[in-house]
Amino acid sequence: MNEQEARQAVHAAIGQVAGDVDLDGLSDESRLQQDLELDSLDFLRLVEAIDEATGVDIPERDYGQVATVRGLITYVASRG
Amino acid sequence: MGDFRLPPLGAGLAEGKLVEWLVGPGDEVRRGDALAVVETDKTTLDVEAGEEGRIAELLVDVGMTVPVGTPMVRITGTDDDEADPPPSATVPEAAPERAAQTVPASGVQDRLSTLRRTIGSLMSRSKQSIPHYYLSTTLDLRAAIAWMQQVNGQRPVASRLVPSALLLKATALAAREVPEVNGFFIDGVFRPSRPVHLGVSVALRQGGMVAPAIHDADTLAVDVLMQKLRDLVSRARAGRLQRSEMADPTLTVTNLGDLGVEAVFGVIYPPQVAMVGLGKVVEQPWAHNGMLATRPAVTATLSADHRVSDGVRGARFLACIDELLQSPEEL
Repeated sequence: MNEQEARQAVHAAIGQVAGDVDLDGLSDESRLQQDLELDSLDFLRLVEAIDEATGVDIPERDYGQVATVRGLITYVASRG
Repeated sequence: MGDFRLPPLGAGLAEGKLVEWLVGPGDEVRRGDALAVVETDKTTLDVEAGEEGRIAELLVDVGMTVPVGTPMVRITGTDDDEADPPPSATVPEAAPERAAQTVPASGVQDRLSTLRRTIGSLMSRSKQSIPHYYLSTTLDLRAAIAWMQQVNGQRPVASRLVPSALLLKATALAAREVPEVNGFFIDGVFRPSRPVHLGVSVALRQGGMVAPAIHDADTLAVDVLMQKLRDLVSRARAGRLQRSEMADPTLTVTNLGDLGVEAVFGVIYPPQVAMVGLGKVVEQPWAHNGMLATRPAVTATLSADHRVSDGVRGARFLACIDELLQSPEEL
């Protein structure tokens, strides 16, 4: 999956979990927990939504790599 | 023939606005069936039948705001006595006497400021009437996190656990051991609750919080509790909670750890008598046998009502949570 496709999938998943986030103004540097205020259950739903949309399963040991929007896009792009 | 009255809607809520009838005249209802959708200052709720019978007449029009205790619907085939709202360990306060009135629909901002006012007034009342005391302790999560990671490693994301599920289960079990934190203080008397209906603070994304209950949390397997937690949070955010979920919590847990706070000292929701605060799970330096290592840990606090318990029992409660977390596979 190229980066553009990964970005689209990640943005769509964030929109699904946190409907109030302005996706047009979403920075790659945004941190999921502190900036987007996703709690651990939101994060789980996000991981689930990405898995459903792209087939990329993010195991718990890799959660540290996907703490930002950029981290998530890179992870999905390299595995999708 | 009996009138079904609007039952309690949750702490600090004296009235509700009828949004939708889910039944009509002639319908048969059983205990627990949803009768109507009611909007409160905090959230939107399904109000369920207290008894079975046949709907004879709807007594309130959609759009009306009515106080708790108002006759809502006439039901035949039930005894008068049984049609009244369930008595009272769960009744926070008497309904104010006032006439029904119609209020205009409000936007999200209006709703939010109303929610803040409602919470503000409840918290003021709590601080004025409940002599709070506060305790804090560190829970050692080495065993719990290691067990959870091992379990999650073998599972698809849909059935993975989060630390909150383990912490909630341990809290519910500890409340069974120290019943002074679980129940209601009404009319100058503490009424302990045998079931542990654990209220869980849920931050709403547009702002504000609600704290609906996971019923009988002490009896649920961790996996079941986890699924109920996910379901409860998503329904709370969608504004579709059951009335009983808002009215029934016997002890509430607030968890601000996900937002980065290390410790939270909560204000008790009257008529409850305690609030547990959970902070962020942190990697913490830890001295053991003269060596320095790290471990995952979380700060747990207890705000409790001094009329009902004291520091000794409160400390026992927090210690009990910690002990339970050392054998996560048994939770």
